Amino acid sequence: MTLVASGLIPVNLITGFLGSGKTTLLQCALRSPELGTTAVLINEFGEVGLDHYLLQRVDEATVLLESGCVCCTIRGDLRDSIRDLYDRRERSLVPPFERLVIETTGLADPVPIVTTLTADPVLCHHFRIGNIVTVVDAVNGLSNLASFEESRRQAAVADRLVISKCDIADAPAINRLRASLRRLNPTAVQIDAARDPVSAARLLTGDIDDPVAKSEEVRRWLTEEQDLIAGHGHDGDDRHSHDISRHGDDIVAFSVRLDEPLQWSAFAVWLTMLLNRHGRAILRIKGLLHVAGVPTPVVIHGVQHTIHQPTHLAAWPDGAPQTRLIVIAKGVDRARVETSLAAFNRLATAA
Amino acid sequence: MCGLCGALAGADHWADAAVTAGGTRSQRRQLRNRLANEVLAYYGLSLKEAVGGSPLLQNRTGQTALVPHLGALWPAAERLANRPLDPLDPDLIVALTRHGARARV
Repeated sequence: MTLVASGLIPVNLITGFLGSGKTTLLQCALRSPELGTTAVLINEFGEVGLDHYLLQRVDEATVLLESGCVCCTIRGDLRDSIRDLYDRRERSLVPPFERLVIETTGLADPVPIVTTLTADPVLCHHFRIGNIVTVVDAVNGLSNLASFEESRRQAAVADRLVISKCDIADAPAINRLRASLRRLNPTAVQIDAARDPVSAARLLTGDIDDPVAKSEEVRRWLTEEQDLIAGHGHDGDDRHSHDISRHGDDIVAFSVRLDEPLQWSAFAVWLTMLLNRHGRAILRIKGLLHVAGVPTPVVIHGVQHTIHQPTHLAAWPDGAPQTRLIVIAKGVDRARVETSLAAFNRLATAA
Repeated sequence: MCGLCGALAGADHWADAAVTAGGTRSQRRQLRNRLANEVLAYYGLSLKEAVGGSPLLQNRTGQTALVPHLGALWPAAERLANRPLDPLDPDLIVALTRHGARARV
């Protein structure tokens, strides 16, 4: 197996709480010619599939799920819908779409959707997960984050956080929301939907599996991690691990560094064991690994139990070989994560 | 891929990716299984290489399970050990650290 998964159709999730503006964003993105041919899956929430009518221009490649929530109650339907869509693509019954966008319900947890795509023995050979875009309403976002677990999870797993309705929210509220989102998910890019000169299509493209965008994406992760370390100070011997967020009840983002080269076998044993026991609690993990015997960095990232195929970068973004993991988790103690990883690694070194 | 459901995707489990250039795929698996065995021993379990097939996980009472890939190991191990296997357990970490220190002597 190689380290590069290519030729797979990227799948973007657009998620966000009720009324946050997901469909508006999707409409903007679909109007952009740079997005290419895109199929859209939306799910009907309630009796009227209103979103379906809003998206009629892509109706040819749209499969409207019939009821309920994409992620939970009809996950099998989602799988079947994507299989059906792909089958129609192969039989030239729909245009040969180059991208699939799934717009979730406002109450959806995006993680099971990721799992459905990556664990299905058919889908995983044709599709890969692209950027997860979460839309957060500047007027109600803070309140939703404080009140709803679903909203926090949507923000925590995002690659891109789009803040909508900034034109009708006051600046202090927007700043508080931005700060809160950054603590919750420091690696996600925040975009002011009304002001930032980033096209909606660019939100969906340029992900970590894109060979062109990969280096820049990782460089951004590292910048965030270094900024957070610099900004949050050190305490005692807590030199390499840093709590960088505490939001809602117990969702925490933290970073772990390992000075010595990482033994890949140890990392594989450790992470599979960790995700088996704590996968529900680990919302996202992103890492740049200094693997023993490998001169270039290895990039790894995942959503809950779902770990994407590792990839290589051509060079260290900051010239410093060092393992750095950023974890966004609920109720997981970062000091134990660091200690555990180091212990497993030393075990392999001694073997 | 899903670390728990990876059995469906078989050889494509992320842990099998050829991250390092050294050794064959089989050698890399053996190294990994040796390491996993050191962890499993803490729970009274062992993983045995099977010729031409998936490794076999076994507990002290002789119950067994096939583990086609690393992601499938830990759910099976928890079943056979009848307890959670937590890599963040301080007692496990102490045991592994002692074991590693002895191995280095």
